[in-house]
Amino acid sequence: MSKLTTRDLNFYYGDFHALKSISLEIPEKKVTAFIGPSGCGKSTLLRTFNQMFALYPDQRATGEVIMNGVNLLSGKQDVSLLRAKIGMVFQKPTPFPMSIYDNIAFGIKLYEQLPRSELDLRVESALTRAALWHEVKDKLNQSGYSLSGGQQQRLCIARGIAIEPEILLLDEPCSALDPISTTKIEELITELKKDYTVVIVTHNMQQAARCSDFTAYMYLGELIEFGKTQKIFVKPDRKETEDYITGRFG
Amino acid sequence: MTLYQRRKMANMIALTLSLMAMAFGLIWLLWILETTIVKGFSALSWSLLTESTPAAGSLGGGLLNALVGSLLLVFFATVLGTPIGLLAGIYLVEYGRFTWLAKVVAFVNDVLLAGPSIVMGLFVYAVIVVPTGGYSGWAGVVALLLIQIPIVIRTTENMLLLVPQTLREAAFALGAPKWKMILAITLKAARAGIMTGILLGIARITGETAPLLFTALNNLFFSVDMSGPMANLPKMIYDFAMSPYPRWQEIAWAGVLLITMGVLFLNILARFFSRKKF
Repeated sequence: MSKLTTRDLNFYYGDFHALKSISLEIPEKKVTAFIGPSGCGKSTLLRTFNQMFALYPDQRATGEVIMNGVNLLSGKQDVSLLRAKIGMVFQKPTPFPMSIYDNIAFGIKLYEQLPRSELDLRVESALTRAALWHEVKDKLNQSGYSLSGGQQQRLCIARGIAIEPEILLLDEPCSALDPISTTKIEELITELKKDYTVVIVTHNMQQAARCSDFTAYMYLGELIEFGKTQKIFVKPDRKETEDYITGRFG
Repeated sequence: MTLYQRRKMANMIALTLSLMAMAFGLIWLLWILETTIVKGFSALSWSLLTESTPAAGSLGGGLLNALVGSLLLVFFATVLGTPIGLLAGIYLVEYGRFTWLAKVVAFVNDVLLAGPSIVMGLFVYAVIVVPTGGYSGWAGVVALLLIQIPIVIRTTENMLLLVPQTLREAAFALGAPKWKMILAITLKAARAGIMTGILLGIARITGETAPLLFTALNNLFFSVDMSGPMANLPKMIYDFAMSPYPRWQEIAWAGVLLITMGVLFLNILARFFSRKKF
C-alpha cells in the first residue's frame, strides 16, 4: 500500500526546473531509497514531502503530493502539523543547543503535554530505538554537542522518531559518519521500518542495496526508474540505471 | 638562495612587521592606561563615591552625582534599547531575510552605526530639547539610544546569521512554529554573541560625550529627576578637566579612571561571554 504519492510533481528554484513531472508511490512501512548523481533532485524531492521548500520564497512546487488522501501542495494543510507527522534527518548532524534530554523532549513537548515521568519514558524509548540509550543514559543533562558525530546523528534520529511520525525522511544520514556509526544507523533503519515508512537519500550504492526495499533512480530532475531494490540492482529495465549502478556512468 | 629559504625570509619579514604594528598599537593603549591610573589613582577616595561635585574653587567633594546620573542614563538607554535592537535584529534575519524592507533597514542601520555621535546629539536637541523647552535626562537617554540600538541590531543580525540554516530546518521539520523555533533554537544558539553585543553597546554609550552635550547637559548638583538636566561622567570630565581649579582637575582624572575601569570591565565580561559555548 502506498503511504505517499506524487503525481506530475514539478519543482522550481527560481527559473531552474529541478524536478520534472515526478510520479511515484512510496510504499508504507518499507524503506525507499533515492539514488542518482549529485544535483539530480533526490534531496529536492525529499524536501517537497515535508514542505521544507516553503521556507524559501523563490522555491515552488506544482502538481500533487498526496498523503492520507490529502494533496499537501493544495495549501489547505497546516504545515507545522504536517511536519510533525513527517520526521526528517539531515546530512550533517543538527543537535539543538540544549541538553541531550531536551533535544528529544523539545519535539514531544510541541504537541503533547505529558507529566515528567511519562516524558522521561518517551525520551528513553526514543533513545533506545535509536541505539543510543546506553551511551548517553548517564549524561542526559550534558550538551548535545558533547557527543561524537555518529552519536549526534543518532540523537537526531531519536529526536525525529520521538514525535512518532508516520514517515521518516533521511537525507544522506551517513555521509558524514565513519563506517561503525554507519553500520549502526543502517541497522537502525531496518529496525525502523517495522513502524515507519522510511525514505532515504543516499550516494552510497551499497547502502541502498543493503537497507532499502524499493529504489528510485533519478537523473537531471527526472525519475528514470523505480522498483524493488533487488530488481533495480540485479536486472534494471533501463540502460541508464544499469550504467549508474555498475559505475559505468558518465 | 633556494625557494624554501626565500619563503622563510619572507615569513620572517612579514612576522616582524606585524609584531611591530602590534607593538605600536599596544604602546598607546598602555600609555593611556598608565597615565589614567597614575593621575587618577591619587584622587581616588571614599568621598568620590559619597559626595557630589564641589563648588568651583573649593576643596573636597566627589563624583556621586555624575556617577548616579551616568548610571541612570545608561540604565534607561540599555533597558529601552536592548529589546528594540533585539527585535529588529530578529526581524532582519528570521522574518524579513529575503525582503527589500529588511535590506533597506539593514542599510539604514549601517549608516546610523557609522554616524558621528555629535549628529545624534544635535538631532535630539532639535526634536526634543527645543520643543520641550529644556535639557533633560530623557533627551540624553534618547540620544544614547540612537547610538546603542544600531549596535544591538547589528550584533543580533550577525550572530543570528551565523546560526546554521540546517538548525532552523531541523526545528521546522519537527513541526515547531516559527516563534518557538526562534526562541528555543536560534536565539539560544546565538545568545553568547548577542550578550557580547549588548555589553559592548553598554560599554560604548558609557563613554559617549557628544550625544549628551546638548541633551542631558550636565548638573553640578545631585539629581535623579530625569526630566531635568542630568549630571554624567563624560561631560563632567570634559568640564572639570578644562577648568582652572586644581581640585576639579583632580576629580576629572579620578572620573577618567572610573570610566576606563568600567569600560574595561564590560569588555572583559563580553569576552567571557563570547567564549562561553553551549
